Amino acid sequence: MPLRAWLERSDAHPGAPGLRALTVTRSQWRQVALDLAAGGARLLGMWASPDKRAPQVRTAFLADRGGLIVTLPEAEAGASYPGIEDLFPSAGRMQRAMADLSGIRSTDPDARPWLRHAAWPGNYLPLADPPPQATDAEPRIDAYEFVRVEGDGVHEIAVGPVHAGTIEPGHFRFSVVGEKVLRLEERLGYVHKGIEQRFTQLPILEAHRLAARVSGDSAVAFSWAYCQALEGLAGAELPARAAWLRALYLELERIANHLGDLGALGNDAGFAFGLAQFSRLKERLLRASQEALGERYLMEAVVPGGTRRDLTPDALPRLRGCLLHLEHEVLTLRTIYDEHEGVRDRFNGAGTVSAELAARLGLTGLAGRASAQAFDLRIDLPCEPYASLAPAKSGRTEGDVAARVAVRFDELLESFRLVHRILEALPGGSHVIPVHVPAEGTCGAGLIEGWRGPVFVALEAGPAGSIRRCHPHDPSWQNWPVLEHAIIGNIVPDFPLINKSFNLSYSGHDL
Amino acid sequence: MLKTLRQIASIGIVSEPAPQADESLRIRQHLQERIRAVLGRALCIRHIDAGSCNGCELEIHALNNPLYNLEGLGVRFVASPRHADLLLVTGPVSRHMEVALRRTYEATPDPKLVVALGDCGCTGGIFGENYASRGRVSNVIAVDVAVPGCPPSPTRILQGILAALAPGTPRTPARG
Repeated sequence: MPLRAWLERSDAHPGAPGLRALTVTRSQWRQVALDLAAGGARLLGMWASPDKRAPQVRTAFLADRGGLIVTLPEAEAGASYPGIEDLFPSAGRMQRAMADLSGIRSTDPDARPWLRHAAWPGNYLPLADPPPQATDAEPRIDAYEFVRVEGDGVHEIAVGPVHAGTIEPGHFRFSVVGEKVLRLEERLGYVHKGIEQRFTQLPILEAHRLAARVSGDSAVAFSWAYCQALEGLAGAELPARAAWLRALYLELERIANHLGDLGALGNDAGFAFGLAQFSRLKERLLRASQEALGERYLMEAVVPGGTRRDLTPDALPRLRGCLLHLEHEVLTLRTIYDEHEGVRDRFNGAGTVSAELAARLGLTGLAGRASAQAFDLRIDLPCEPYASLAPAKSGRTEGDVAARVAVRFDELLESFRLVHRILEALPGGSHVIPVHVPAEGTCGAGLIEGWRGPVFVALEAGPAGSIRRCHPHDPSWQNWPVLEHAIIGNIVPDFPLINKSFNLSYSGHDL
Repeated sequence: MLKTLRQIASIGIVSEPAPQADESLRIRQHLQERIRAVLGRALCIRHIDAGSCNGCELEIHALNNPLYNLEGLGVRFVASPRHADLLLVTGPVSRHMEVALRRTYEATPDPKLVVALGDCGCTGGIFGENYASRGRVSNVIAVDVAVPGCPPSPTRILQGILAALAPGTPRTPARG
């Protein structure tokens, strides 16, 4: 059955534009996933949501014309629901996480825990409804079964969870011959801090603050996606000015992160000059943001119904002046990066993900666009004001570190353009409106193109202004498994550079 | 190469003077005298993310930018806890990081200082304590100075680090 036929059976879903929802039977479940895979859809996220007796399985897909949320009710899921990891490889870890948190298992033979290490027992289900009594397990290190590579001269290098630099914690197990990497296996979950359970303890009108802290570097993307879902299910119509201000924040967040990454990438290629220059520019931006918006990082800027603060007219010239300066400097530095032989030598051909592999594994966001996966929510499924702003899509086909650097430069320059456009054409009116508590049982979803890729938040209202379930999804879920492939055949000393070129979130993934 | 040199020359030195230490951030004092006696001029810091959302890490990175010129103040980040004088710990401590945090603490030679960073490191923050989170850093290891903020600005972090040391008193280099 073609994708279109499934979409015709579906209903509109509140929140982000173009979202639809469909409830299927067990026999339809695999068929819809097969048809979506054949139609080129991408997996957006998988989560379990509490039902009367047992959780139901929910999966969000992204097709070129819209998103589709497919629900498999508990009665249909049975003892184990059919996994879709063969069709969408990134589903494997999501299914394992659902087993850890909600106790619902797929048919995937890889039944190792994913987010659960030894900190809580397997019979404690953090997302069960009603919530279980807290556990007080003694902390210990558990034995995780890494896949072993056998052969002459093969040895393992174990790295983490505490890394050598200022990086988030995770474990990497390299199987190498000499310097050459034969296989990398990641183990994540170290910064799992119970975010999804915590959501259910917060009032629905206040939990945008928790959303902003799912992954601190994507605070605007997550808090906007959360508020978009909430406003959808509360029936609140966002004022134009609020939407434009949010876009301003989102682009500033993108600029800050790209500046930081471009400096760090130069540094990892042995060009400390790059780090000094880009970190100087980033600091300048953060100070301008503090001055104009009251925060260096916009952790509190997006609130239900709009934005916390309005932008005062006197802040405009300074913000504009700062961005003009940054743009001029970035153009100079781009030439220096492009002409520096040592940097080019390290960037070119490192950590290549071919377009074909990227499509098969579902590489998404910025990294996807560097491997010919030309999808950007701001262009392909725009919410206001992106439909009016009409951003240009960045893209490369080479899929190596150099391509991911080039996409960052292109997106940085495009974001400068967007910010100038927003500052010029910012509509008048109110920057925030009241949002009422949504009715119990209503579901909505938010979908925002953060700097790393599509950020998705699914939200279900509970009784009396509470949250029944909130699932925040970072694009790192899709891209972490691809990093394991990107490193194959490269040498160990190139791993920091390749890893940084993706710069994936641990906190956003571990939840 | 010429472009690189021109850029370096035209930007010049952007480093700013260091802020004053903030005594109000001090919550424990007892190691100070020993540190002063044992340490050389460079303070070596090992950062540990024990469960952070990565917001505090962004500001730690900022601390290393040329405007704050951390190394110029005699403070540097090191790769191993065995080389460190001070642990800079972020996040509510996740249960999955509890053992790693304890081991890193134990691997750091005495005398040592611990600075807990951010609202989460100070109190558990918005995440609090639950089946997966132990909350504040001092629930797991002893903390000398706690720096609130979400995230704390580089200046606040620097003030906290300086508060963990003895302000105003030149320290004797550990030589011979």
